[in-house]
Amino acid sequence: MKEEYIITAYTENHIGMLNRITIIFTRRKVNIESLTVSESAIKGISKFTIVVHSTAEQAEKIVKQIEKQVEVLKAFYHNNDEMIYQEIALYKVSTKALTAGNKIETLVRKHNARILEITDEYTVIEKTGHNDETQEFFDELNEFKVMQFIRSGRVAITRSPIERLSQFLAERDSMLA
Amino acid sequence: MAEKITGSEALIRSLIEEGVETIFGYPGGAIMPVYDALYHHREKLKHVLTRHEQGAVHAAQGYSRATGKVGVCFATSGPGATNLLTGIADAMIDSTPLVCVTGQVASPLLGTDAFQESDIVGMSMPVTKWNFQITSADEIPEVMAKAFYIAHSGRPGPVLIDFAKDAQFAEIDFEYHKCNNIRSYVPYRPIDNSQVEAAANAINNAKKPFLFFGQGVVLSQAENELKELVEKAGIPAAWTLLGNSALPSNHPLNVGMLGMHGNYGPNLLTNECDIIIAIGMRFDDRVTGNLSKYAKQAEIIHIEVDPAEIGKIVNTKFPVVGDAKKVLRKLNPLIAKNEHPEWVAKFKACYDIEYKKVIERDIYRNNGKISMGEVVRMVSEKTEGNAICVTDVGQHQMIAARYFKFNQTKSVVTSGGLGTMGFGLPAAVGAQFGRPDRTVVTFIGDGGFQMTMQELGTIAQEKIPVKIVILNNNFLGMVRQWQELFFESRYSFTELKGPDFVHLSGAYGIPAKRVEKGAELEAAIAEMIDTDGPYLLEVKVEKEDNVFPMVATGASVSEIMLEAPTKK
Repeated sequence: MKEEYIITAYTENHIGMLNRITIIFTRRKVNIESLTVSESAIKGISKFTIVVHSTAEQAEKIVKQIEKQVEVLKAFYHNNDEMIYQEIALYKVSTKALTAGNKIETLVRKHNARILEITDEYTVIEKTGHNDETQEFFDELNEFKVMQFIRSGRVAITRSPIERLSQFLAERDSMLA
Repeated sequence: MAEKITGSEALIRSLIEEGVETIFGYPGGAIMPVYDALYHHREKLKHVLTRHEQGAVHAAQGYSRATGKVGVCFATSGPGATNLLTGIADAMIDSTPLVCVTGQVASPLLGTDAFQESDIVGMSMPVTKWNFQITSADEIPEVMAKAFYIAHSGRPGPVLIDFAKDAQFAEIDFEYHKCNNIRSYVPYRPIDNSQVEAAANAINNAKKPFLFFGQGVVLSQAENELKELVEKAGIPAAWTLLGNSALPSNHPLNVGMLGMHGNYGPNLLTNECDIIIAIGMRFDDRVTGNLSKYAKQAEIIHIEVDPAEIGKIVNTKFPVVGDAKKVLRKLNPLIAKNEHPEWVAKFKACYDIEYKKVIERDIYRNNGKISMGEVVRMVSEKTEGNAICVTDVGQHQMIAARYFKFNQTKSVVTSGGLGTMGFGLPAAVGAQFGRPDRTVVTFIGDGGFQMTMQELGTIAQEKIPVKIVILNNNFLGMVRQWQELFFESRYSFTELKGPDFVHLSGAYGIPAKRVEKGAELEAAIAEMIDTDGPYLLEVKVEKEDNVFPMVATGASVSEIMLEAPTKK
């Protein structure tokens, strides 16, 4: 059965890593729904967070192929229940719409969003949450015509208390000792 | 002590540090400084000028497969580099360790569509184990050390190093240290003893165990350990195309080849055994046929160095991750001495059926005409099973795999996973450079030969004693066979007219002969083998022979055909 999986990979921060990772998905015709790459807690090691619709079997095989890359330290896959995750979305509405009544303010309160910037012409609102939450806010806000909208890729963290990358690095050290 | 040298000199010294003896290549603008540095080391580093970059990379592959060493090739930027891609892809899927060095435009020109610039790093990414672009000469020693370490360790594969021209000229302090560790790379995981014990138990309790071996056995040099396991447990053993020659052909428990054109017993009995012990192989679709009807009754033990291969194709009850030799050294002492005479007899019975229906007619034609199998048998007999057999791709490849006999390992050089026509002739060049002490025979179809026949020039220039056998049916034979069997004999663009191969060979000064009658064959083969230096033998074989047995696409291994189904 296909469902949403979050694939995470820790890699060396080297040129071309993004390409090496994404071609694994391309070759198997698996679409990347969202992708976030940033430096991890360990300097020089990047963390990829990739969201795909796939079967568990396919997610597992993709993870093995990712881990096979020489410059990948470790890769994992999880379903949504196994991770805490967030996305961030920015919305631009006209300031006129904001000041015309209290409806936008009510929406901002209700959705726990916040206002980042107000100019004479436009107002930028930020909301973090799951995709369905940022989408719901968009749909309600769009009554007042959202001028621009952007949503980030996902960031996610496991519910497990152990930092598995540190575990991997410790294992590597013991193997080399 | 470090000393100041150019980047090009550093590259050449790195190769010498890694024990490289032979390079196959083709110079051009963006790699000229490297070739200039090479000129000063030409006594120590043998460079072979091929006639095309594809020839260089296939030769490096042939060299590696015949020796177990890392194959090295050079090409210039742009078209030189892109011409390597087929061979790199071939090496990737067949786990052949290569280090390919390509020239690249100077780093300030990268991304400007400069003359002969191509994004070879981007293009080769899906087909390399690792690649890297050197834009600063300081990177050379470390990058080259990593390249060789990555190419040959774990599951081997090709590495491409793209070398910007300004870095070739720049000066560095050269100091070389071999690489034996990369933080993110685990080529050999520690072997899990519980996995080995579970596998040993399963083998000891099996009634009808069946062992499959692939090239992993050759790459980890586990031939003796394999033989020990097979003999100790009394297990019939079958090989994949690339596993061929890891166990001598005449070993009583060597039951033949797996897969589409493999032997009858190994295919049929895959669906009868109770345990499959798969060592260093990857369950290619040409081996398994229809997966939904593949070995469903059997439990599978999979011994494999690449964890991504385990469970990729078949469900594996007993995975053992590790290098074949190291795993077998732990496994063999746990194996109880055993034999399975009734089970082994089934393979013999299948062989007898196959012999009567297929083999006898294949290798003894006796009707005045010549079959491919007959040629292969005679060459094999004449070389007493000691030759290195290099093939191209197609019908002749399957026939050579089926009928050439081997006494020693690393005797088969063939393009397996990628099925690259044009591989044979350049790969034979490489194999002969790697093993000048052995007879190298290459069987090539008339189609594949015409893809890379310019390498006759390399053979003539280097005077290497490669024995070339063209099995000429004036057809792209394997495609024609499929057209006959599955496309109602519509021979869509598979008939081809070749040149006069004897004249062609003569133009290069390579002695050659054409044989059209069965009666002349044996003497011609003897003349070829007994001739010092290269020789080309063109054999006109039957035009429309088919390779059988055959597991058709979509069919189960147990539905293997011994002959064409009667037409309705």
